[in-house]
Amino acid sequence: MSASDHLIPVVVSNVVEVNPIIKRFEFKHVNGDELPAFSGGAHIVVEMIDDDTKRKNPYSLMSSPFERDQYAISVRRDDTGRGGSKFMHEQVRPGMEMKISAPVNLFSLDLRARKHLMIAGGIGITPFIAQMDQADKLGVPFELHYAARSVSQAAYMDSLADRFGDHVSCYCDDQGESVDLEMLLSNQPLGTHVYVCGPKGMIERVVETATALGWPAAHVHFEHFLAPPVGEPFEVHLAKAGIDITVGAEQSLLEAVEASGTPINCMCRGGACGQCETVVVACDGEIMHNDHWLDEEQRAAKQRIMPCVSRFRGKRLELDL
Amino acid sequence: MTIQFKDESFRGDFSYANSPSNIPRFPFPFPEDEYMYSTNIEPHHAARAGSPFENAFDVDEHYVAEMKDRALVLAEDPGRCQALPHMETAGWDFLELVMVSKARDYPDLFKLTMDGDRWHWINKPLQIDDTFTFGDSSTLPCHPMEYIGRQVQGDHAILDQRDGNLWMDAGIITAQADWSLDFDIGMNFFEWHAPVPLAHELGVFQRALKFLLTLPQGQPSRRLNWTLTVNPRLDTSPENYPKWGPDKLTVTPENIGEKIHLRVELQTFWRLPRSNAILFPIRTYLMAMNEVVTQPKWGRRLHRVMRDLRPELVDYKGLSRYHPILVEWLSQFDDGAPTSPGIFPD
Repeated sequence: MSASDHLIPVVVSNVVEVNPIIKRFEFKHVNGDELPAFSGGAHIVVEMIDDDTKRKNPYSLMSSPFERDQYAISVRRDDTGRGGSKFMHEQVRPGMEMKISAPVNLFSLDLRARKHLMIAGGIGITPFIAQMDQADKLGVPFELHYAARSVSQAAYMDSLADRFGDHVSCYCDDQGESVDLEMLLSNQPLGTHVYVCGPKGMIERVVETATALGWPAAHVHFEHFLAPPVGEPFEVHLAKAGIDITVGAEQSLLEAVEASGTPINCMCRGGACGQCETVVVACDGEIMHNDHWLDEEQRAAKQRIMPCVSRFRGKRLELDL
Repeated sequence: MTIQFKDESFRGDFSYANSPSNIPRFPFPFPEDEYMYSTNIEPHHAARAGSPFENAFDVDEHYVAEMKDRALVLAEDPGRCQALPHMETAGWDFLELVMVSKARDYPDLFKLTMDGDRWHWINKPLQIDDTFTFGDSSTLPCHPMEYIGRQVQGDHAILDQRDGNLWMDAGIITAQADWSLDFDIGMNFFEWHAPVPLAHELGVFQRALKFLLTLPQGQPSRRLNWTLTVNPRLDTSPENYPKWGPDKLTVTPENIGEKIHLRVELQTFWRLPRSNAILFPIRTYLMAMNEVVTQPKWGRRLHRVMRDLRPELVDYKGLSRYHPILVEWLSQFDDGAPTSPGIFPD
């Protein structure tokens, strides 16, 4: 059972160049049907057929959760990545048919919050655009603090400022601006929840600052938007299937298992949800654990691996698949 | 209409009974001759025409009577229906899921017309014809969860998802097997399951929680759970224990076939789209021992399951007082022949 086994056929209804590194893609159901309702913070998995390579990458939905006739995602081009974003930027055109998963939310608003405090870095803005629509409709106060490298890279800032006015603040590196986290997190009313989505360092700073200021852990929410990293190719033995497979440099272990026709559970494909957790039968070498699921002890034990994002270097890796 | 709804009671004179044609569609909960806890979850796909797994929300001959019994319980004890303030969106998700499913699966009984947010709902068996604005609770007579919960068989809990756990933050619970929403409201998954013996040690709840936290939209799951109840009483709540607890003393070898009912819960799990909560319907089916043993396979198997049931489970399920005489009574239906796999009758 896997979310990406039940894909929805869509047509690319629009592609918009937001700035030199970000494009927005809009999808409609091929039959014109309504797409599933969702909640702010949800992502979809987009299947990309690139000649012989099939990639599946997760992207946050940025369209309004109250809009069912189309979905929108934004993709930041990463030329050093596995090629998914490059494929989206170079190959995907309006009118093309693609497949997407139903929405999955691993970064939802805590609906008990008296106020939502959102902190975004770069492309981490996308889930918040949907969440602001939701908070606005529910009538719950919110603030967005959005850090970007430059004004030109602060995607959607103008439209957000138009819609939400003072609720939105932008900080540009090239202007020497930055979010004063200590000040921001010190001056929030009781019942506020803070959400952060952005680069790893930013998430760590927010979590550390909030913790030091005595915020309850249950009021601090974060989403790592993790793409499977590239690496050296490696061999894996799948014990139950009795086969050896090769994981290509730009392929994830999960994708290689799927390409072999071996069944495996998965959902987020980004190291967060835990669905693809797999037992390691034998390991002579080093597992590069890139997930946010296993704890330090589990990583050190080398008995579990998250094939969606983790890789291997060494003599032999044998999995219970 | 294709279903003849019965006029019957789940209290007082206990006139509830299954029609002969309704017996083979009972969700008999034992796929094997032996029972132990397992995380026995499978996809809630449409399965086997005529079975309770055919449709998303099964409607059977007891629908109208069960809804009347629910109304009686709620009139006496409004605390059986509670929703914490952040669960209103989830209530609308629940309402939508039930209305869309029933209108699709039983078009002769239910009709839903949507004009944007303006919805028109017709429930023929309960003679309801309402128009309201989806998402605006002021256009309904009560909370959306209560509104639809009074029109769908089974209890319904709605679990909020946050902090890597599930929280019992809303529910309409009037037909429960001895648990209390009023006690459990606001508890997390491990807290409300705390009284269950053995399963914690087996890791059942850790696995079940992990599964539920990643339950995808549009891919509901189901499992069966069971216990035994004396008399066909839906409301076996802790709140009303003085009313039903003493029933256990009335069981004799002579009346066991009509008194003791196999009580099966068809539990399903649904990811709700706008709230990201999980809807947990607990649909109860009751069948007297006399009705169960009309299916020879079920008679044989039930004897074996009851005979070999672990003592902790006999105790937890509240069967201790009449368990020995039940096993003795069931033995007359067990000729020792092998049984076929699966739950359906031969």
